[in-house]
Amino acid sequence: MEIAIVFLPLIGALISGFLGSRIGDKAAMYTTSALLIVSAVLSGFTLYDVAYQGNARVTELFTWIDSGTFEVSWALKVDTLTAVMLCVVTGVSAVVHVYSIGYMHHDKSKPRFFAYLSMFTFFMLTLVTADNFVQMFFGWEGVGVASYLLIGFWYDRPSACAAAIKAFLVNRVGDVGFALGIAGAFFIFGSASFDQVFGEVPNHADSSFVFLGIEGHAMTIICILLFIGAMGKSAQLGLHTWLPDAMEGPTPVSALIHAATMVTAGVFMVCRLSPMFEYAPIALELVTYVGAITCFFAATIGICQNDIKRVIAYSTCSQLGYMFFAAGVSAYEASIFHLSTHATFKALLFLGAGSVIHAMSDEQDMRRMGGLWKKIPVTYIYMWIGSLALAGIPFFSGYFSKDMIIEAAYGAHNGHGLFAYWMGVAAAFLTALYSWRLILMTFHGKPKMDRKTWDHVHESPLVMTVPLVALALGACFLGWLGFNDFVGADRQEFWRGAIYVLPGTDPIEAAHHVPTWVKMMPLIAGFGGVAVAYLAYWLVPSLPHLAATKLRAVYLLFLNKWYFDELYDRIFVRPAMVLGRKLWKTGDGAVIDGFGPDGIAATTVDMSKRASWLQSGYVYHYAFAMLIGVVVLVTWYLLSRAGG
Amino acid sequence: MLEIGLAHYLTVAAILFTLGIFGIFLNRKNVIIILMSVELMLLAVNINMVAFSTHLQDLVGQVFAVFILTVAAAEAAIGLAILVVYFRNRGSIAVEDINMMKG
Repeated sequence: MEIAIVFLPLIGALISGFLGSRIGDKAAMYTTSALLIVSAVLSGFTLYDVAYQGNARVTELFTWIDSGTFEVSWALKVDTLTAVMLCVVTGVSAVVHVYSIGYMHHDKSKPRFFAYLSMFTFFMLTLVTADNFVQMFFGWEGVGVASYLLIGFWYDRPSACAAAIKAFLVNRVGDVGFALGIAGAFFIFGSASFDQVFGEVPNHADSSFVFLGIEGHAMTIICILLFIGAMGKSAQLGLHTWLPDAMEGPTPVSALIHAATMVTAGVFMVCRLSPMFEYAPIALELVTYVGAITCFFAATIGICQNDIKRVIAYSTCSQLGYMFFAAGVSAYEASIFHLSTHATFKALLFLGAGSVIHAMSDEQDMRRMGGLWKKIPVTYIYMWIGSLALAGIPFFSGYFSKDMIIEAAYGAHNGHGLFAYWMGVAAAFLTALYSWRLILMTFHGKPKMDRKTWDHVHESPLVMTVPLVALALGACFLGWLGFNDFVGADRQEFWRGAIYVLPGTDPIEAAHHVPTWVKMMPLIAGFGGVAVAYLAYWLVPSLPHLAATKLRAVYLLFLNKWYFDELYDRIFVRPAMVLGRKLWKTGDGAVIDGFGPDGIAATTVDMSKRASWLQSGYVYHYAFAMLIGVVVLVTWYLLSRAGG
Repeated sequence: MLEIGLAHYLTVAAILFTLGIFGIFLNRKNVIIILMSVELMLLAVNINMVAFSTHLQDLVGQVFAVFILTVAAAEAAIGLAILVVYFRNRGSIAVEDINMMKG
């Protein structure tokens, strides 16, 4: 069954990609969507089979690499963790496929788009079903490529191409860490297979590396390197700069790749490797700090952005921070729980935003929207549901998962957990604030667009609104339905050992017993955020402007994304450009070309000019040369005779 | 009274030969003069031939001198014919103008 789940999208991608021009747009769209829906249904069955029937398994397909002691098989590992991810990935992907049929109907190259989408899904599924590091890396790089192709889907826009390259390059930084981590794991454990490595971890808990004469704790180093890979893919602080720019891609892509699935690959990886991270407490502490700082930092940027998609992008970044610090305090179950609920409501928000953009004739600036709720009521409702879930308002799915994470951070009872708790509460306030800011700016107030756009505003077709029902239901009920299994009383039976936590630490259990004020804080913060948003964007519309002028420095800092892009531009981009230019001009131009092709060509021309100067064309010159030659020969002959 | 010996003949021949060479190289005007100079050089060689022939009492040298005369006559005829054709084609036989082989 899992073979079908993984390979159906690939078949769809191949059909749509290679035969798309022959079978036509419609056939390509319907084939890929239908295959994805089948795959999603099968994933549902798999989850039931694995999590409730206890049939976790590894299906070996074939040996992939067999070189010396290094042996890698292509195998599909399906346990509860994988099954949950399968459902999330195929579910959101199926919705996005169907939605794209409507969203992309103006576009010229639909088969290419659907081929990329399906290809992405295939790579994501290989990533989550990997049973060894190398296969995971294959999927990891594959989703990177698909992401690159889809961000740059509208390749005639320079900004899209730049964003695609940026995403690819920033991800490379992380991938180097990931690759080094894999190499380190192979070096220590002598195997790339998860099961063998996890079995060996306790024996190597105190092993150490010696590198350049410096000795380091092996598990810590490996886990930090792996986490750098996760940071790149999941857009954590420092390597987050590509995510907002990635919004240049079509909106369904943002929903699928840059909100629901690919960016959560890093979180998945940390949870999958929980048996390793558990033995590297320092690495876990780092994960917590990075996650906590990211979740606060991205939220602060979110409240100042004006592009509707960028607000949601920073929100994604922030929510990923939540997932990471949950993993950092060993609450992996809570992390995956939030990953699943987040996938539904964030995809819902993105697709809703796509619907708004579609209605607004491709306008993305919220300052030019307003008053849309009467014209597009269905989208309005979806955005409300998504925002309610995102802000953690009670009984929507975000409430269960996010509160669980925040409580688990407190329940960890250590310094970094407490830090993460307060960061999480602050971010919860900001999350509610920017969510309602988005809703109020977009749907309420006076219409600020021109007449023509306003008249053209229309509700999206059914093919775009109906699939969102699935996501909306998820955003409403997934938290309530999943709470017991993911992080509640039944979690042992649900996870069945897919996630490993050191004996004696159980932050999830501790989270259920934190003081009441701890449980109330995120709730108060969430409602407070909503209230402030209403105050600032509904009751006292002059307030945001006043705040921006009074706190000008802070406002500019947030508006300019903490100047990360400028900083990187100074530190990395420009020196790299200068270095590249130097190497080009002196290295390539002067040295290689100078002595190589250009030099040889110039010398040849020069020599032949000299040679042709000898050929004056006057017969007497030639005759003179002959005479001189004869004289020289005769002289030489005579002298040598005389000498000899 | 000065005895005319082999050395004198050779000296005359050498002078003639050198004159021929200089005639070729110093002449910038006329191709006919080059032809004449070549003729002069051949004659110088002939004098050498005959002088050695007498000196060595060997008639082969004089036989060769007759051959060389014949060849020189033929060469002069062909050279002049080429010049005539050349003049018809290019309208000049000045040495400066004959540099079509310039690279």
